[in-house]
Amino acid sequence: MAKRKRIGMEVALAAAEAVGMCNVDVAAVYPITPQSHIAEHLSDLVADGKTDTEYVTVESEHTSMSVCIGASATGARAYTATCAQGLMLMHELLPIASAMRCPIVMSVANRPVNAPLNILSDHSDIMPQRDSGWIVIFSENGQEVVDLTLMAYRIAEDKDVMLPVIICIDGFILTHMVEPMEFPDQKEIDKFLPDYKPYATLHPDKPLTMGAFAMPDFFPQMMKAKDMALLNSKKTIVKVWDEWEKKFGRRYRPVETYRTEGAEVILVTMGSMSETAELGVDELRDKGVSVGLVKIRLWRPFPSDELKAAVKGARILAVMDRAISPGTGGGPVFTDVKAVFYGEDSRPIIVNYVMGLGGIDVTVGDFVKMGEKAAKAKKEEYEFYGVMG
Amino acid sequence: MAEATWRDIFPGNVVLTPGSAKEYHTGGWRSLRPIWDNSKCIKCGICYVYCPEGCVSQDKDGYFMADLDYCKGCGICAQECWTGAIEMVEEG
Amino acid sequence: MSIVENFDLYAPRLIDKGEHFSVGHTGCAGCGEALATRLVLKGLGKDTIVSNATGCLEIISSRYPTTAWEIPWIHVAFENAAAVAAGVEAGLKALRRKGRIPDRDVKSVSMAGDGGTADIGLQALSGAMERGHDMIHVCFDNEAYMNTGIQRSSQTPFGAWSTTSPPGEVSFGQRTWKKNIPEIIVAHNVAYVATANPSYPLDLIRKVEKARKLKGPSYIHCLSVCPTGWRMDSSLTIKVGRLALETGIFPLYEVENGKYRITVDMPKPLRPVEDYLKLQGRFRHLRPDKIEEIQARVNLEHKKLMNKVEQLQSWSEL
Repeated sequence: MAKRKRIGMEVALAAAEAVGMCNVDVAAVYPITPQSHIAEHLSDLVADGKTDTEYVTVESEHTSMSVCIGASATGARAYTATCAQGLMLMHELLPIASAMRCPIVMSVANRPVNAPLNILSDHSDIMPQRDSGWIVIFSENGQEVVDLTLMAYRIAEDKDVMLPVIICIDGFILTHMVEPMEFPDQKEIDKFLPDYKPYATLHPDKPLTMGAFAMPDFFPQMMKAKDMALLNSKKTIVKVWDEWEKKFGRRYRPVETYRTEGAEVILVTMGSMSETAELGVDELRDKGVSVGLVKIRLWRPFPSDELKAAVKGARILAVMDRAISPGTGGGPVFTDVKAVFYGEDSRPIIVNYVMGLGGIDVTVGDFVKMGEKAAKAKKEEYEFYGVMG
Repeated sequence: MAEATWRDIFPGNVVLTPGSAKEYHTGGWRSLRPIWDNSKCIKCGICYVYCPEGCVSQDKDGYFMADLDYCKGCGICAQECWTGAIEMVEEG
Repeated sequence: MSIVENFDLYAPRLIDKGEHFSVGHTGCAGCGEALATRLVLKGLGKDTIVSNATGCLEIISSRYPTTAWEIPWIHVAFENAAAVAAGVEAGLKALRRKGRIPDRDVKSVSMAGDGGTADIGLQALSGAMERGHDMIHVCFDNEAYMNTGIQRSSQTPFGAWSTTSPPGEVSFGQRTWKKNIPEIIVAHNVAYVATANPSYPLDLIRKVEKARKLKGPSYIHCLSVCPTGWRMDSSLTIKVGRLALETGIFPLYEVENGKYRITVDMPKPLRPVEDYLKLQGRFRHLRPDKIEEIQARVNLEHKKLMNKVEQLQSWSEL
């Protein structure tokens, strides 16, 4: 594989560069911290003619998603980006986009949702979208943001998928970091991303109706079709990731492991904290703690089989949640992970640490502490790490 | 069509046949029907224009009539006819 | 549907005889909105893509797996018809430029009720008009949230009964006057703003054809008489619509480049508002003092409009 030049760039700008390489037809982006740099840099690319994209400067996030749906329905490749309150404002439209099989790609710069207002980083904006029917993929570092964004349309527009995709980028922690990244050539991406060929488009040459209302004679079947579409998309996601590995040498899997061989305790993380957790695992291992790390990359459709296989043999799982699910008695990742083991004969002890809320730094030392704590766990625990009282 | 399985539904729930609403005969709704007295008809076409269903059409001689499969008996045509050529009559 | 031939004697030859809205829709008998839609589509022609808000029109025309639409049509949600139409316009623009679809003029049109235009839909409409998309927004104004059961909107007339502005011991009905949306859209500097009324079909179709030919955003506010919600006989839809004009309550005008033009003359003097109100059950409870109040306000609004028609110059003359 030819050695490519690595460029140092703010990750948000890199995300926009990646979008600029995808021959997006329509982009409708509304600014919100910490995503705004993506909106701005994409505007620059459009203004300089570096990408031939209709950039619609919408008046709200609800409209940016509406514009994307309308554009996608005509057969145009559509893009938007948002987070936090913007994502919550779009919430109404997310299940519509997935039910109508609009392969829109959206960057979400994960930021807490109000109240109170907080512009930094956690996963509370993406969690309420769990049931939206979108494919949701988490990135850990700048290179992943570039790669996953470049692959997103390939996954979204595949005939066996035809679903919208969210690429999660931790706000500030990733978006505002300057990192070294490799960009493939435009020609390689042009070959990798075929033209968007929808199942149906809005055009007078072949009139059809999209968004009809449904009564109980059809509605339940439509919901099953929606669920099955998302479940079945995993095959294609893995296939595309395999192809990327062959072409560019970087490997992506629904669930990734780090030093899990023979581990008694396994930490489970998602997003940028995974890289910090790796260093935590190294330190713990040096201290003689039998610990490993499993990183969930594919959040929806949830990779139950891959998770089970990755943690096989471990006695204790420590699930890190960067969001709360109020009233549930556990964070959202915790409850999904527990559900995976319900039917199993042997189940690990699963503990839950809610951490990193509101952009609070999670350090290597924190992971060491959590790992040591988890190793001593005797039963299921749900704890807000670092919160007094 | 209730026997359709979830696989039969076109992805995105798209309806591919334009105007398929024609399958539903709304004529069953009415209690009055319009009757044209062609001796009074001046073939102006206003009944055709004002029908909310769009179910009024001309025969080969240019006189008008409602398609009774769809006519809901609203009475607009009778109300608006300039020569009073249309009468609303109770369904038998 | 058969071709209407001898029509030429009595009507402009250019009315599209094709029907782009099929029979079999489930609108109420005498539905003014269904008629308006049928006529608007004749003005638009088949090279049109409609983005429809949730509401009466959407519900009567699109029960899966059937559709009354003979042209491409999309429904997404309640408040974003104009936003979806903007997306359709942007998509078509990009696809034509990149040669992925034929380079043919296809118009993006959003259709929404008074709720989906003036209330919940106002933001999306304002944004789309401001950005200058080449589209038309048609508001079918039946003066309440009819599809959900006749609740009031900002377009419900003063004094009208609705399920959320019912007259009672301490209330006389709707307390506020109709919010003037055409005026708001004129302030957006769009290509064309007009009011329309299916009781005057040729005026309506001419205005739609005009908007269709213009580049940039246009807005058409179309009165949609609703026998069900207005509590009147289904046969009176056209007659009541005509009285709305003759009393000055719903004038027909157009605004281009700042110039206001009356397109269907109102009688001088205007007919008393009572002629219009007495045919509708939603005004049945009104006492003479309230009717006088309405008459005074209609007179004022009429003077305001005529003032604009007579005094305002076209912006190009300024």
